Amino acid sequence: MATTLQINGKSVQVKAAPETPLLWVLRDELAMTGSKYGCGVGQCGACTVLAHGQPIRSCSTPISVLGTAKITTIEGLGGDHPVQQAWIRHDVPQCGYCQSGQIMSAVVLLAQKPKPTDEEISSAMDGNICRCGTYQRIRAAIKDAAGLPQVASSPPPLKTPSVPAPAAKI
Amino acid sequence: MTKILDRMAAEGATRRETLTVAATLVGGALVVGCSPANVMGDILSLGATKDFGPFGPFIKVEPNGWVTVICKHIEVGQGNHAGLAALAAEELDADWAKVKTEHAAANAKVYANSAMGVQGTGGSSAISNSWLQLRTAGAAARAMFVQAAATKWNAPVGEVTVQNGVVAHAKSGKQAGLGDLVADAAKVPPTTTPTLKDPKTFTLIGTDRVRRKDSVAKSTGTALYTQDVQLPNMLTAMVAHAPKFGGKVVSFDDKATRQVPGVVEVFQIPSGVAVVAESTWAARQGRDALKVNWDLSKTESRSTDQLAQWYRDLAAGKAAAGDLKWAAFEARGAPSAPGAAALETTYDFPYLAHATMEPMNCVAIVNGASCKLISASQSPTLDQLNAAKIVGNLPGNIEVQTLFAGGSFGRRTNFQSDYAAEAVHIAKTVGHGRPVKLVWTREDDMRAGYYRPMVHHALLITTDKDGFPASWRQRVVTQSIMKGSPMGTPKLDSTSVEGAMGSPYLKATPVVDAQVLSPDVGVPVLWWRSVGATHTAFVMEHTIDQLARKAGRDPVDYRRALYAKAGANRHLAVLNLAAQNAGWGRPPPAGWTRGAAVHESFGSVVAQIAEVKLENGVPKVGRVVTAIDCGTPIARDQIAAQMEGGTCLGLAAALYGKMTLKDGAVQEGNFDSYRVLRNSEAPTVETYIVPSSNPPSGVGEPGTPVIAPAVANALLAMGQPPTTSLPFVKT
Repeated sequence: MATTLQINGKSVQVKAAPETPLLWVLRDELAMTGSKYGCGVGQCGACTVLAHGQPIRSCSTPISVLGTAKITTIEGLGGDHPVQQAWIRHDVPQCGYCQSGQIMSAVVLLAQKPKPTDEEISSAMDGNICRCGTYQRIRAAIKDAAGLPQVASSPPPLKTPSVPAPAAKI
Repeated sequence: MTKILDRMAAEGATRRETLTVAATLVGGALVVGCSPANVMGDILSLGATKDFGPFGPFIKVEPNGWVTVICKHIEVGQGNHAGLAALAAEELDADWAKVKTEHAAANAKVYANSAMGVQGTGGSSAISNSWLQLRTAGAAARAMFVQAAATKWNAPVGEVTVQNGVVAHAKSGKQAGLGDLVADAAKVPPTTTPTLKDPKTFTLIGTDRVRRKDSVAKSTGTALYTQDVQLPNMLTAMVAHAPKFGGKVVSFDDKATRQVPGVVEVFQIPSGVAVVAESTWAARQGRDALKVNWDLSKTESRSTDQLAQWYRDLAAGKAAAGDLKWAAFEARGAPSAPGAAALETTYDFPYLAHATMEPMNCVAIVNGASCKLISASQSPTLDQLNAAKIVGNLPGNIEVQTLFAGGSFGRRTNFQSDYAAEAVHIAKTVGHGRPVKLVWTREDDMRAGYYRPMVHHALLITTDKDGFPASWRQRVVTQSIMKGSPMGTPKLDSTSVEGAMGSPYLKATPVVDAQVLSPDVGVPVLWWRSVGATHTAFVMEHTIDQLARKAGRDPVDYRRALYAKAGANRHLAVLNLAAQNAGWGRPPPAGWTRGAAVHESFGSVVAQIAEVKLENGVPKVGRVVTAIDCGTPIARDQIAAQMEGGTCLGLAAALYGKMTLKDGAVQEGNFDSYRVLRNSEAPTVETYIVPSSNPPSGVGEPGTPVIAPAVANALLAMGQPPTTSLPFVKT
């Protein structure tokens, strides 16, 4: 009952039953743990991978429907992808758990719209939940990767005022 | 437990007085005290390794020049490892580019949090309680390298310098990397009293060079979380839990479960019925196929609407408190006959789930009394204690390997070690040292309780001729987080009221009568990022804004006057800094309205000015100007990140956060019903840090509680009615 999948440019035979969601095949059978389980129902985007360049929720996509689709996971980006490099420059991650999915969604966005507007960025990223609240840095990193100027309302470089702090009461 | 104490006695704890353990909470931090004071760590660390490298338990230096800073606090996303590494690296004068971090092993004594007495992360205390400890460790290691170089080069110690990981003697022109000198330095007897730098001479701490060390791992999918652990022969477990809190298994039918390919075993444990399988998907399918007959006769079966009404009645004196006792948290002046109330109002807050991105999980390996946990634990000591009770061993003998957490917000520590204990029970039944990874689904996680408690506040305030509070009566009804803990119940659980207790507004009020009542409800509750401040900041700040408007005063000016009365200079400084950068006093951008709020928590004071508008009746937050006084800033970029992230978590709860019980059953289960903040709803936060030479104070939590009142105050400024309950969005 083996299924053949095309993952990160390689043809891979897997033993899992056809109805098994891709996420669990990636994680448990192929030990590719970069894609995460967050909700199991396609709500949070932590499991996002690409199929034929389109984002899919691997937690709710059975491997039986994939056919010959070319799957790309976070592992397939290689680490020096411009989006990953922008993520690192901006220190986007906090707990980091959602970031593989965030990055995959951003990769699709920039592949389809190399110079996205602010609204296009937010809209494209709305399917990926981050509980740590790294959203603003995600937006900044996407603009950076796209070579776009940061919006004026982005935080300016950290600056300090000249007033000294009063003594702490603790 | 008796068995444990017997074993402790056998292993040398005989001279100890009866172990008396008392716990209180200060700012969300578990404070475990005992008598005599230092016995606790001694006992709980019995069995733990005391064998550390030549540079002590916090620093490793490799021959290739890399420096590892060992962090006793877990990295749950809050960026503390960047700051912790900087503390040691600064004093060691290490090359920051060759500094990395790792989680410490469990050792209740060596790695004790000085604010808690045992090992644990919480109360935004990581940096503050490591401020001297890690600097001392770095300085002590530096002294060893300097001595080693001086000996090797036959140079006076005073002439040897260290800079960016390079040890040098200018006169002789000799220099070597830290790595080159490891073998020699390791032989130098360490000093326990090294000279620390004058903070004015810091070259790393407080600079923008202090950045996260885990961004590469977390941007490439290679960071290891508990969910990702794979060990030879490992089984994956899921547990069927009762549909209501307090339910017990009567019987179960596992016929269908056992037919699921990959299911290995099904058995009862104290918290439900466990299904262990060869893969996560098999465990999930097996668990879903299980039929369990539950005894729900002793469960909590009230609805949250009923509880809320009960809380309101208790606060209003309409329901008898029975055996419950009101505890005063602020009392000042003699209450006189109340004049006409300037403001009489109430506020209601719902249960909140933490909803970390990585649901709770834990890997446990049990072989007889031997036990190892691999997990993201905020309190290895508690998990050791609870695991030790289950397997019959000394807490210090329980090995704990700590991994990154996919978020916590306070969820990954509680007195019962709920999910870790569950993993240990399963691994004990499996036995033979076979690793078991317990995983919870999102629904398991969301319905397991340990919520931010529901809270009701009732206030009655009179004002003087200038419109400032003359008397302040406050009644708070909320479950106590500390109540019923195995370590004792304090008369006053300060976590219920912190933030109201100690408020500068109360200090500035001549007559104060503020009390809290802690009813019993069968829903487990827990600290949730910023703990008491999650509601007290809202109550105090939204109330003050209403009073300012009643007095016809600008809300920022009104606060300034109260801070002056209370001597709250740090509040005043952050408010001024935020107001200045937000352009308070000048018109906001067209279509936006500003609201201000200020709150102190975990030793830090945060002011926010939020620009808000209503879109289809839902508050939309744009720019949020934030000012924080957190003492000496260590990792400026991560302070900003915590203000950004804390604001988002606080806003998510304010807009949508609400856990609902219907006849005791939790209604929400996933992100479709427990709505959280998404990218297009996330504000842009600007962070300004007050320069300070005070010791560092909290950063992880203080950014969370301020946004909700800032938004409510902006709504007031728009002419909207006061907000008397959260979340803002009711459906």
